[in-house]
Amino acid sequence: MSFFAHYNYHIAIILAMIGFYTMISRTNLVKKIIGLNVFQVSVFILFISIGVLEGGTVPILREGYELYSNPLPHVLILTAIVVGVAMTALALALAIRIHEAYGTVEEDEIHAQDDEPGAQ
Amino acid sequence: MDTLVDILLLAFIAICAIAILRLRDLFAAVMMFGLFSLIAAGLFTTMHAPDVAFTEAAVGAGISTILILATLSQTARREKSQVGRNVILPLVVVWVTGAALIYGTVDLPVFGDPAAAAHQHVAPYYINESPHQIGIPNMVAAVLASYRAYDTLGEVVVVFAALIGVIALLGLRRRPEGVESGPLTLDHHQVLKVVARLVVPVILLFALYVQFHGEYSPGGGFQAGVLFAAGIILYALVFGLKSARQVIPPRLLGRLPAAGVLIFGGTGLLTMALGGNYLDYNVLAEHPPTAQQIGIIMVEIGVGVTVASVMLLIYFIFAERGMRRRPGNDAGGEAGR
Repeated sequence: MSFFAHYNYHIAIILAMIGFYTMISRTNLVKKIIGLNVFQVSVFILFISIGVLEGGTVPILREGYELYSNPLPHVLILTAIVVGVAMTALALALAIRIHEAYGTVEEDEIHAQDDEPGAQ
Repeated sequence: MDTLVDILLLAFIAICAIAILRLRDLFAAVMMFGLFSLIAAGLFTTMHAPDVAFTEAAVGAGISTILILATLSQTARREKSQVGRNVILPLVVVWVTGAALIYGTVDLPVFGDPAAAAHQHVAPYYINESPHQIGIPNMVAAVLASYRAYDTLGEVVVVFAALIGVIALLGLRRRPEGVESGPLTLDHHQVLKVVARLVVPVILLFALYVQFHGEYSPGGGFQAGVLFAAGIILYALVFGLKSARQVIPPRLLGRLPAAGVLIFGGTGLLTMALGGNYLDYNVLAEHPPTAQQIGIIMVEIGVGVTVASVMLLIYFIFAERGMRRRPGNDAGGEAGR
């Protein structure tokens, strides 16, 4: 099992890097926001993986069970998910306004419009 | 068996992420993102975190996906191909960062190791003491609403602030007159209508169960709020925005986010008025566990009200904005169908 000992952490890092790459290599703002969300989910997976206890169960008290997984990461992450979607909405609202102002959500086209002589 | 499921789901989720990265059609990428979130929710269930799984399923596969779709309908559906952009530099940055992080995992404790530092400090206290001090079986709810209530208050305020930001950017008042149907309406699909009619009441009922039974089973204000909002959003998608808008009067809905924050903050002020510290529930009743439970229920209601109404308002703002900008919609509401 030694190969799988850190498997969850490795996948979380791979997901984070895919999200990160989406954010820095793509020019479309909506695609960047999707990448940000992928990154975010990777952090959730990392935290929840750290909270898992071998042989433990769901942290809800029940007779006959002694070992429970760590409830703290669950608390942190479930609030983070809701805060995350609120932030995503804010980012998307910005993208919509940028599209209204520039007629595009492609980063390089926005920069090109900004650099045009006579703009603003 | 658990390990096998875990390994397979993680492999799926990695494949999904690569597909999201590679798809140029943003509509397909968003659908893939919904699937990605659903797998993540399944993964959280296998990792003993049903509370998190509820939230992720409702938010990731539901609300986030719908919001991104609504944005796509108002921006561009396809990503433009990038000619002449440096592809090497981002790849180098990502590989170097990833390699450093993977190297960092070498020292991490093995997955599920009981001797890991994460299980040594505050977690045993919560697990051993919360049944006596709080007296509710769901430790996640106990930690969320009692031990770490300051944290939770902060997060609720952040959600509220994000709504203020969205309103500032997209506007709440500038609502078009005589709006008939949203840009995402599917009301000509009979199958969807029948299924939605069956499913929506169950989702709403389940949301209420999650809210009020959250002390005994997985659940609480955050989960209930997003589930409730997801149910109404589904209704709005199938039966049109106008009918969904009538479920909760707009005037009331606009005030609910603030009301939820006030219920939460007011509970804290109430405990101070009774002579305790801010959000110190023990002064609410004589018997500490009873007092704690009263406090938790009040706080969870505040959280549920804020989260549900913020999610709904954000969706309505996005959908109405999209409708207003559709060509032909200015002349008559029906033309856009």
